[in-house]
Amino acid sequence: MVSAQLLAPLVPALPLAGAVIIAALRRRLSGHAAGLLATALIGGSFLCSVLLFLGFDPAGGAQVAHLFDWIRVADMRVGLAFQVDALSLTMMLIVTGVGTLIHLYSIGYMHDDPRQSTFFALLNLFTFAMLLLVMGANYAVTFIGWEGVGLCSYLLIGFWYTNPAYNYAARKAFVMNRIGDVGFVLGLALVFQVFGTLDYTTVMGRADGFATGAPALTAITLLLFVGAIGKSAQLPLFTWLPDAMAGPTPVSALIHAATMVTAGIFLLVRSSALFVLAPLTQDVVLVTGLVTALCAATIGVFQNDIKKVLAYSTVSQLGYMFVALGLGAFSAGLFHVTTHAFFKALLFLGAGSVIHALGGEQDIRRMGGLRSATPSTYRTFLVGTLAIAGIFPLSGFFSKDAILAHAYQHSPWIYALLVAGAVLTTYYMFRLLFLVFFGSYRGQAHPHESPAVMTAPLWVLAVLSVVGGALNLPHVFGGHEPMKHFLASAASGVGLEHLHLSALLEWSLMGFSTALVLLTIWIAYGRFAKQATLDPEAEALPVPQRWAARKWYLDELYERLFEKPYGWLSTNLSALLEQRVMQPLMVGVGGTAERIGELLRRVQTGNLSTYLFAMVAGLLLFLFLTLNGL
Amino acid sequence: MNEVVSAIRLVPLEHYVMLSFALFSIGLAGVLFRRNTIIILMCLELMFNSVNLLLTAFSAHHSDPGGQVFVFFIMLVAAAEVTVGLAILVMMKRNVDSVDIDQLNRLRW
Repeated sequence: MVSAQLLAPLVPALPLAGAVIIAALRRRLSGHAAGLLATALIGGSFLCSVLLFLGFDPAGGAQVAHLFDWIRVADMRVGLAFQVDALSLTMMLIVTGVGTLIHLYSIGYMHDDPRQSTFFALLNLFTFAMLLLVMGANYAVTFIGWEGVGLCSYLLIGFWYTNPAYNYAARKAFVMNRIGDVGFVLGLALVFQVFGTLDYTTVMGRADGFATGAPALTAITLLLFVGAIGKSAQLPLFTWLPDAMAGPTPVSALIHAATMVTAGIFLLVRSSALFVLAPLTQDVVLVTGLVTALCAATIGVFQNDIKKVLAYSTVSQLGYMFVALGLGAFSAGLFHVTTHAFFKALLFLGAGSVIHALGGEQDIRRMGGLRSATPSTYRTFLVGTLAIAGIFPLSGFFSKDAILAHAYQHSPWIYALLVAGAVLTTYYMFRLLFLVFFGSYRGQAHPHESPAVMTAPLWVLAVLSVVGGALNLPHVFGGHEPMKHFLASAASGVGLEHLHLSALLEWSLMGFSTALVLLTIWIAYGRFAKQATLDPEAEALPVPQRWAARKWYLDELYERLFEKPYGWLSTNLSALLEQRVMQPLMVGVGGTAERIGELLRRVQTGNLSTYLFAMVAGLLLFLFLTLNGL
Repeated sequence: MNEVVSAIRLVPLEHYVMLSFALFSIGLAGVLFRRNTIIILMCLELMFNSVNLLLTAFSAHHSDPGGQVFVFFIMLVAAAEVTVGLAILVMMKRNVDSVDIDQLNRLRW
């Protein structure tokens, strides 16, 4: 077995090499070759991750591969180091595994795009940054990756840069993320001030010395959570994610569903030792996640763009994950990250396949009856939908149920709200499924099934979505929650999880939510499959629905609260400060110099005799002064 | 060589200084008041040579050969300077058909 010291740096190095090579040769390399190279390198990275996983012993603790000292100032010593432990391995396998499939799919999806090589270079660069984020052995390295994925996200959302709306969406994502990043940076500074280091192992080790509810820890965790809010699209910063659907669909699948948006959850699990000591922050996390989950789910019900529905679903599912973290169920949260990566990537790629089949159409009101035209896409999409709805025995059932059980233990009210969210999720997902694949076709295009290079990843992800639940099979099904025990070696918060519900109660909770979900499917079937009930535009809806369809007026609210005042301030500052103060000042300085010049230029007569006289006179003056001893 | 030095020493140093001063002043006055560029160049030479004379005189009276070495440098530079000066003069004649220094007054404001 090759040592982790050698293999670990190789995992992010391969995609980085891919990005550099493709970017350098993008004019000479054909798009197809670039795609193959990019896919092969991510595949290699996945292979390295698997080897690391096989050679990893949870009992041995984290293995740190220290490359070199990056920052060394006074007491501060930050190394570029990679940490291989249960948590980073889980994330590495998701990022490289799902990433390989999405790269493969992109070869088919992007085959007629003139800037294919650029696309693959950026996709590889993103994977590199994401691996840096999850593998960093200290907050600083994670932060480089954190910023890197933000940049790649920006570049890929605005990939089709000739459309101004897409550029606007990219900018919105960037700015929203930046707001969160400020929190992260401040959190980082505070971590260094309190703990004197940024290394994860040292910080988590020293956290034991603090009392529960220590103000320093509460501040740190709150700031880190602000960072997580931005990256993982939670209230109040989630509005960028639905707009980010402007990017190509594989980007939505990889960045805005499977990997980057889960970075916030990763960060919280990574710092779980701090969060378990800050109950206030945990409550904030819980409430934020809960409100976001419900808010996004209600908006999702009224969306007519196939990708927007999935985007709001992603925001809602991320909310579930934060609820799990807020409840202290770190392993349940990460379990949901894993299964969500499988089925949401599957759903996005399926949506991409539908869009591809219809030649760019994204409005579900102009779809329908695609079951026969695109059989592979239909079957895999059905699997994804069943998984996200949480139908036994698909992966979504187990991961969602774990969160629900923890919620019931904490408070039946949270449980009830989460079940309501699950019902909404089921409703809008089956609405999407029925409107797209059932009934008769309502558009003008000629649907055709996507090539094998696109359907193969769909099938692989479908299989993973089915069997993914086995990763953390709960006790009531005869499992031993292997993922939880695996993660317990990396995140000390996992070890504090306790679920002590009786088996009977667990069975009835599962039965209750499953019954509601099945009922919802039946209602959705009646409304959308038999005859397609198409929603009118948002303005035509009755009042409570219209509010949800208009995204609870969040964009308008932000416009009123921030954009308008900012615009007002800029206009007024321009009129007052710029025009009245700065402009006269600057013009005055320039004008003075000009007037002095106007006077002094008369000295330059152009007459050589005059110059000579002046020169001699000057020399005589100096001579005189020298002789007088001055 | 010694004869030359002793010959120079026959005349008191003050006289050399006076003569040099007179020559330098004449040169300077010519440079300042004459408008013919050829005359100005000649007056410049006069100023150079007055300095050369002074250097030689001091060198002989103080028994220091450094002054005489300096004279050779000055003569070399003066030769180069005259070459450039005369070249400018030829160009000036061709361009403005005059050697009047006040014709060259376009380089202003």
